[in-house]
Amino acid sequence: MIPELGYGATVAALLLALWGAGAAAASARTGRAALLRSGERAAVGAFALITACIALMIYAFLAFDFSVRYVAINTNLGTPFYYRVTALWGALEGSIVLWAWMLAIYTLIVVIRYRRSQPELYPWVLSVMLGVLAFFLLIMTIPAPPFERLTPIPADGRGLNPLLQDAGMITHPVALYLGFTGFTVPFAFAMAALIVRRTGEEWITITRRWTIIAWYFLALGLLIGGWWSYHVLGWGGYWAWDPVENAAFMPFLTATAFLHSVMVQERRRMLKLWNLSLIILTFGLTIFGTFLTRSGIIGSVHSFTQGTIGYFFLGFLALVLLGSFSLLASRMERLRAEGVLDSVVSRESTFLLNNLFLVAATFTVFFGTVFPLISEAVRGVKISVGAPFFNLVNIPVFLALLFLMGVGPLIAWRRASAGNLKRNFLKPVLAGLVAAAALRALGVANGLVLTTMALVVFVAGTIALDLFRAVRARRRSGDNWGAATWGLLLRQNRRYGGFIVHLGILVIALGVAGSQAWSVQKEVTLDKGQSMELAGYQVRFDGLSASEESNHAKVTGAFTVTNGRAGGYMLYPAKKFYPQDQTPIAYVDYRLGWIEDVYLVLGDFARDGSHATVKLQVNRMVSWLWLGGLVLTFGAALAILPDARRAA
Amino acid sequence: MSRRGKFVAGGLVIAAAIAYLIWAGVSQSVVYFVTPSELLAAPTPSKTYRLGGFVQAGSLKWEPKSLDLSFTLSDGKASVPVRHKGTPPDLFAEERGAVVEGSWTTEGYFKASLIMAKHSEEYKAPPDGAEPGYKELIKSLRGNDK
Repeated sequence: MIPELGYGATVAALLLALWGAGAAAASARTGRAALLRSGERAAVGAFALITACIALMIYAFLAFDFSVRYVAINTNLGTPFYYRVTALWGALEGSIVLWAWMLAIYTLIVVIRYRRSQPELYPWVLSVMLGVLAFFLLIMTIPAPPFERLTPIPADGRGLNPLLQDAGMITHPVALYLGFTGFTVPFAFAMAALIVRRTGEEWITITRRWTIIAWYFLALGLLIGGWWSYHVLGWGGYWAWDPVENAAFMPFLTATAFLHSVMVQERRRMLKLWNLSLIILTFGLTIFGTFLTRSGIIGSVHSFTQGTIGYFFLGFLALVLLGSFSLLASRMERLRAEGVLDSVVSRESTFLLNNLFLVAATFTVFFGTVFPLISEAVRGVKISVGAPFFNLVNIPVFLALLFLMGVGPLIAWRRASAGNLKRNFLKPVLAGLVAAAALRALGVANGLVLTTMALVVFVAGTIALDLFRAVRARRRSGDNWGAATWGLLLRQNRRYGGFIVHLGILVIALGVAGSQAWSVQKEVTLDKGQSMELAGYQVRFDGLSASEESNHAKVTGAFTVTNGRAGGYMLYPAKKFYPQDQTPIAYVDYRLGWIEDVYLVLGDFARDGSHATVKLQVNRMVSWLWLGGLVLTFGAALAILPDARRAA
Repeated sequence: MSRRGKFVAGGLVIAAAIAYLIWAGVSQSVVYFVTPSELLAAPTPSKTYRLGGFVQAGSLKWEPKSLDLSFTLSDGKASVPVRHKGTPPDLFAEERGAVVEGSWTTEGYFKASLIMAKHSEEYKAPPDGAEPGYKELIKSLRGNDK
């Protein structure tokens, strides 16, 4: 029953989305309100039907309905309750359902929020959003139907990929997809503004806020992905420049560029064409990213290979890019800059440079990701450019961006005088240099680390200086320090939200630099009772035990960790054996710390427990990545709040 | 120079610098993907390769004490002895696909610095007893070097 119901709901939702997109566009052309209302009802209907699809699929998972092929492949009778729910997005078809559902939710929010306040843009926004939704429903109907029936019905399913049976996998795709689909809203507003020739300022305000929301979820998704990689995959790393990581990183970079250059447009009425191009590019890159992930064109841990789906995505991408850029070209005369650049030493040119570097980083990542494909297609030679390529090119670019992060927020618009520069930057620059010299004296020899630290201190110095001055100014009106700071954050939430996001990035930068430079590892085979030593830690192998879990068998090693100071603790890394696979999966155990993590992976072992091979890593400052993520969350939330100055 | 000229020139200098970085990055870090027959046809010592093949049955030797791992990678036509220092990774086993990164040595073996075991497509457990054909395997390996 469920396969037929689900398929029926999918087809009905597709028809509704198509009708809604058409009706909304027709209402904009003819001005007939009834058509628009019909389009809205279609959007609500499509949302309800996709929700029904999700409910049906979850029900099928919970009830072990193996007549649904997707359920049979991604679960078995031993799969625990919560992973049966999240198995919904454990593979290609289900992840598209989740995608469509989120897009439908965003569409609904747009309907509720803008049907009255943006009467001119709204019909076209609705039309574009429903058009994109229809595309994903088409994917669910033809190339990747989630409700495909399986005959004969098997007695048990195959089971969820063991690597995905982790809390990180519950949240990572959700955050990532909220980011990816969220970029549809700015794109729809950009298209609507171009169509009705209202490329003025109001769509920019709406678009900026929605871009921050999508940007934030994407950042969160990337960080949770890093956390998953770190504590599940057992290699002690969080980022591998894997093609699919890159696919999510590219729209993040272009969205970051937009969030900065949009300020130039608001302030100086410049870069209109550029900002629209960034919005289109960001949306295009989300589709391109899905194409990379879902078509199986590039192999990686993330990709789910399927047949014809790649052509659908490629066709849709071509349609989006051609359509939106030709629309852009036809509106060129309205997008002339009204301001001019006055000086090279100004906030405008800092933002320009920031955009140049962000787009360059995007291009580098794009190039490194598709170059192997091009090489194979054109020359027939299979090559790969790995992490060394991305690091070599991107590290200088990211360091330059860090520097600009300190300069941009404080330098004057139009033309910065020598006095402005001295007043704002002398102390932070000195602080950065002193910090680097101090670290050098303490024995830090790595040039990249020193540069990163100096830049981080410089940027933090500019933020502290600005905040201090602003709080001091508010103190004059009688507030105490705490009230003055809090009032400032709320009153100028955009500016200080942005600053806090910058602080989060600084913390992440420290984590990346520290972990790359200072982490150490050692691989040894230990006899029972024998110890190894690394970076002041002694790790003793106490023995092995075997156990039977609900859906897998587990061999666990017991290790005592001491570091000479306090009493020790135990770590229990394991190997899990899932019946559906022939080789085991490592289960890492670790103790996290602000300065260093002790990270232990069980490798090979003797069946009688007499010896085991382990990899011990002491990873420095990795926790700062997760801390940076929290800071970033706070900053983004502050920046999304309605602008207090305007509301007041 | 006009103001506009300055901006254009500055932008061009930065674009050229980044283009140079990309070029240098590619020429320094490009790694060629070869099969055992391709490697043996023209082995160049000390050049970095990714070698993809099938771990031959009975060839896998693992010394836990010294962490010495050795095995033979084959593509059905030729086979290359591989040595590595470290535990065999998860998903690595005889009669399974693997990609190793490293270089050919003058002593006649491939010294691997990194082993990437091949995850079968969409987490498919091979049907019992059925051995995947070499062709199928090499094809899937070549499409997946991660």
